[in-house]
Amino acid sequence: MKLNLSPERIAVIIFVVAIAAAPFVIQNNYQIFMLTLIGLYTMLTVGLSLVMGYAGQASLGHATFYGMGAYITALLSARLGVPSWAALLAAGVLSALIGYVLGVPIFRLRGHYLAMATLGLNVIFVLIMKNEVAVTGGPSGFTDIPPLSIGGFVFDSDVKLYMLVWAATLAVMAHALNIVNSRVGRALRAIHTSEVAAESLGVDANSFKLKVFALGAGYAGIAGGLYAQAIHFISPSSFDILVSIELVTMAAIGGLASIWGSIFGAATVVLLAQFIRDKLAEGLGLTGELEIIVFGFLLAIIMVLLPEGLTTGGLRLFREWKARGKL
Amino acid sequence: MSDVILEAKGIQKSFGGVMAVAGVSLMIRRKEIFALIGPNGAGKTTMFNLISGAHSLDEGEVIFDGKPVHGKPSYHIAAMGLIRTFQNLQIFGTMTVLENVMVGSHLRGKSGFLSAGFRLPGVAAEEKRVRDHAMEMLKLVGMESRANDLAPSLPFGQQRLVEIARALAASPKLLMLDEPAAGLTRPEIRILDDLISRIRENGVTVLLVEHDMNLVMGIADRMAVLQYGSKIAEGTPAEMQANQDVIGAYLGVDWEMDKPFARTV
Repeated sequence: MKLNLSPERIAVIIFVVAIAAAPFVIQNNYQIFMLTLIGLYTMLTVGLSLVMGYAGQASLGHATFYGMGAYITALLSARLGVPSWAALLAAGVLSALIGYVLGVPIFRLRGHYLAMATLGLNVIFVLIMKNEVAVTGGPSGFTDIPPLSIGGFVFDSDVKLYMLVWAATLAVMAHALNIVNSRVGRALRAIHTSEVAAESLGVDANSFKLKVFALGAGYAGIAGGLYAQAIHFISPSSFDILVSIELVTMAAIGGLASIWGSIFGAATVVLLAQFIRDKLAEGLGLTGELEIIVFGFLLAIIMVLLPEGLTTGGLRLFREWKARGKL
Repeated sequence: MSDVILEAKGIQKSFGGVMAVAGVSLMIRRKEIFALIGPNGAGKTTMFNLISGAHSLDEGEVIFDGKPVHGKPSYHIAAMGLIRTFQNLQIFGTMTVLENVMVGSHLRGKSGFLSAGFRLPGVAAEEKRVRDHAMEMLKLVGMESRANDLAPSLPFGQQRLVEIARALAASPKLLMLDEPAAGLTRPEIRILDDLISRIRENGVTVLLVEHDMNLVMGIADRMAVLQYGSKIAEGTPAEMQANQDVIGAYLGVDWEMDKPFARTV
């Protein structure tokens, strides 16, 4: 067996080792939980990056599928007695299927109308979750969701959850990277740049859009299921359009067409949100959701100045300035 | 197998109130080089779009390789072997030259979301086959040395060649080139002329829209002339040179020519 130790591979190995070692080094449960949350958001951002960054399709309602995964897991495991691992798998598969089916009418639209349709989808989803009180618990939420247990091993501590979520996140990232560096990835990027040219070479653009949307929905569904099984309580407001905008901000910061960048984007937004909530709001004497103002502003600036994303755009600028001798 | 590879019957298309193509019929024979010429706005690119499925027909039929293709989506028509290039160059700007051509080989591959995502056996071998085939196409157009450069970094004339390599990678039976000489220098047009001949020698039928009369008169077996959306003449280059309607259509209109109707390449 040939050992291929390029600099990239070594960096990946170091990264995975760091992720695995982190909870034993940090030892602070709250911080470990923050890192777990970053893992979940990374999973969500990777899916969004594939849909928006690679395929170039607007998705301003991605939190819909996060919520779908959470509620499917909750309903199956807490109400219908389905084993927790099966409920988690079902969350991913069903979210993907629903994403595909909803994509059929949605992708008949283009541009701004497509974006509005995805927003509308999110709004409708949250409304249904709030109103179907008998099924979902309504605005007060759904409680007593059992944790994931596989063959008697229960994921009920902060460290165990951290390991579970990051294992899943790394698997999702590997899957997404495989897709990006394949015939499918090239077809998606082609569709993004020139759908008419892609079609002229035999690429069925609509089919690819539906499938990548379904894939993103599937990743989000798994993240939602893991979230439900970690917190044991979910409510509709955790999956509303403000969360979707946060996800787009994460993708924009991490680089819209960058799988690795998704970690950076998720980490930045989670930590920034915490900083704003704890330090800034207190310092300025403000209450309410100050983060969304900051994120909205940040997103607007990034989209105007560096539409390919902060990280991707920043790297490009760095390369250009270096070439021109400015650095 | 019939001698005719493409038949367009009574093609009609309006955009809003404007009749872009008014009842045009064409018949292209296998392995010939057929040129579609005419002043700007005559409907040539619209004909391309209608034949390749990029636009829908108002009236008429398109029969490709014996099968009706009017009303079919363009990716389906491409899969049947009808491949076109674009007047304004639709290179994939975020990819390298090689990746652009590999998209051309899309139809040669099968790996999808499942097989690629989980790196199932066969995917790596398919990637290698596609990559090798794409390099062969780049060698055909002389661009193999730029394979790993980002496509938009190339000069315009070379991007054109890459677009043709990409189209060739799709294994066309009929290759439709939309103004391939536009924006090229004289030496580049000579390279293009030679390339089109070699493409035909490889058994591919070529339909081209062109303004460069030197290129067209020298390379085309037969031509059709469009004006204001109608076909006003059809025949060999020699017949076109003698046709009064054709001469009349071009009088007073600026078109690229060094010497009238003579091959200088």
